[in-house]
Amino acid sequence: MNNILVANNVTKKFGSQIALNNVSLVIPKNSIYGLLGPNGAGKTTLIRIINQITYPDSGEVIFDGELLQPHHIALIGYLPEERGLYKSMKVGEQALYLAQLKGLSKSDANQKLKYWFDKLEIGDWWNRKIQELSKGMAQKIQFIVTVLHEPKLLIFDEPFSGFDPINANIIKDEIINLREKGTSIIFSTHRMESVEELCEYITLLHNAEKILDGRLEDIKKEYKNNMFRVGLELENGENFLELISDKFDISHSQYDMNRKQLDFTVQLPTDDTRSFLAFLSSESIINNFVETIPSVNDIFIQTVQRKNAHE
Amino acid sequence: MPMNKLSLIIKREYLAKVRNKSFVIMTFLSPILMVGMIVLIAYLTKVNDNQKRIIAVFNESDYFSTDFNTTERISYIFLKDLSLQAAKDSTLGLGFSGLLHIPNRNDLEEVAQNAFFYSKEAPSNVVLDPLEDIFEERLRQRKLIDIGVSTEDFTTINDKFEINIATFSGEQNLKGINEMKAFIGGGFGYLIMMFIIIYGGFVMRSVIEEKTSRIIEVIISSVKPFQLMLGKIIGTSLAGITQFAIWIISASLLLFGIFLIFGIDLTGLSDPSAIASNPMSSISPLPPTASTMQLYAIEFLQIPWFMLISLFLVYFILGYLIYSSIYAAIGAAVDNETDTQQFIFPIILPLMLAIYVGFFSVFSNPNGPIAVGFSLFPLTSPIVMLMRLPGGIGEGGVPLWQVILSIVFLIVTFIGIVWLAAKIYRVGILMYGKKPTYKELYKWLKY
Repeated sequence: MNNILVANNVTKKFGSQIALNNVSLVIPKNSIYGLLGPNGAGKTTLIRIINQITYPDSGEVIFDGELLQPHHIALIGYLPEERGLYKSMKVGEQALYLAQLKGLSKSDANQKLKYWFDKLEIGDWWNRKIQELSKGMAQKIQFIVTVLHEPKLLIFDEPFSGFDPINANIIKDEIINLREKGTSIIFSTHRMESVEELCEYITLLHNAEKILDGRLEDIKKEYKNNMFRVGLELENGENFLELISDKFDISHSQYDMNRKQLDFTVQLPTDDTRSFLAFLSSESIINNFVETIPSVNDIFIQTVQRKNAHE
Repeated sequence: MPMNKLSLIIKREYLAKVRNKSFVIMTFLSPILMVGMIVLIAYLTKVNDNQKRIIAVFNESDYFSTDFNTTERISYIFLKDLSLQAAKDSTLGLGFSGLLHIPNRNDLEEVAQNAFFYSKEAPSNVVLDPLEDIFEERLRQRKLIDIGVSTEDFTTINDKFEINIATFSGEQNLKGINEMKAFIGGGFGYLIMMFIIIYGGFVMRSVIEEKTSRIIEVIISSVKPFQLMLGKIIGTSLAGITQFAIWIISASLLLFGIFLIFGIDLTGLSDPSAIASNPMSSISPLPPTASTMQLYAIEFLQIPWFMLISLFLVYFILGYLIYSSIYAAIGAAVDNETDTQQFIFPIILPLMLAIYVGFFSVFSNPNGPIAVGFSLFPLTSPIVMLMRLPGGIGEGGVPLWQVILSIVFLIVTFIGIVWLAAKIYRVGILMYGKKPTYKELYKWLKY
């Protein structure tokens, strides 16, 4: 099996409210998978189903080739959006407790905790109480507890909310390390730009339905529409702008007379990039010529609009 | 081997409770507070009644001349040769509790009919009872003389008498022992109520804490919500039982100490049947060798303690499990403690009812229909049944079938309530920022 997780037609209702409507997705092994969508789209419900906190009304979830079962809990690491720790419990004791709940033996948990505490340089916190720690410190412990039992699948719900930039980077690096060791990772977030650069695959959820999924690279390829950001250096930019405006769809144009710098965005017909470039270089010095690739956010908005237009 | 998850949770909850400072303080302080309260109440009652009253007696008749003798509570001052008005004025002026006026008439009955007690405020029974006794006594004596009983005869027939009581199986009972037994049962029932309220509250707060600290979702991604709820309830109840054990052990030590101090012969108690099983020979008078104190001690030790304490544990555990799972569901349904009020009241209601029914109905008639009904109804049975149990099971006590039936009811209710509570709990722990209504909770049952 090459997929760590497959969901088939998962539906979940809370009373009359539909939280997930016939959602299917495939998460390949050893990938970083983005589960994206605005608040209330159904991301957390889906994650809770994967963690067997709630159960689908219909549909099935397959984990590593087997129908999802209670013992799979030990193979999944989950850092929920709403995360906390017992305030009056000591750090070490608490980490041991949570690790043992995941099925590790005490000695095994002790050994692994020591490794991680040293790695994140928090070894001297062992006997302190959570209430004495800062929020960032507590987040490191939450991270350790999530990954300690070496799960095959790691799920992070809104992973970087509340992290300060330094801690966020440390955690990000550790996540990438884990991926390199073979772990599959799900990021769930409504802040799509925050994980864009990390994800290989994404699913977009909107109003309990999947509206788009696939390899991010492919999606972007599909959604880019031959828009280019162009920067030229030439005399008489205004005249030139008028000239090309007749033939092409131009926007965001601006001419700086002192620096003789013309900037604009152009929409080209497909397969016409080469001749357009040739034309530009004959008329001016090309400072830059970049294809504008839509962000996931843009893609999301476009998809939703397209969908609404269909209905 | 990794530890079983449920036992891990129980262990954590138990340690979290027992290590808590307030637990340690509660364990050692509350018995002291309890004893202190009893002493204080006794003292205050005594102070309240201790005031010695002075009553002026203005006796114009030929009767009652020797009857008003100063007692611990009341002293009498005799007024003579005054007008009634002057007597009233001087009584008021001297600040006495009241004035008893006995007019001069020919006949005792007429005198009694026309006697008046004057006082500033309506007099209490403490004042009136002795006065009425004196009149009654005098009138009775007079009537007896009328029918031919001499004064000497009258004093001889006026023996005090207390009836000896025994059960059909021949065990001799002491007067007041039923009250003592009911009181012991009441104590156990009261303990259960207090524990349900206190420890149920602990469970509820612990659930709220997990919700507000947001650790709940971390944990239920590893264990089932039901396991967590059960572990929490069991762990907390073990802490409660620890507290009980400490109290029972120290109370027994204390009792043993009291027996030693009062010099009650404990060696004779090892075979109490020697005294109690042969009632016919010892019904009257009381055996001279056994002081009343000693008999009470024997009775006290004859209360089926082992049965009582084991059944106490059974009722405590089942009652506690039922109530604390409701408490857990409430904790899960709310975001903070202030929202719990509307849900807690309906829980405390049956507990209070049980206590009141117990004290008013079970004490006077432990086998009456009300007592039986409430000791079978599962939400009140842990308390009410325990109040009935010190009388024993079987003849003279609670029929065995009632005990069994009430335990069966409790177990069935326990399963049902835990099932419902677990459903509410499962949904509630992941709900934030909603102030739930009963309607909402009903919807959760169907999620």
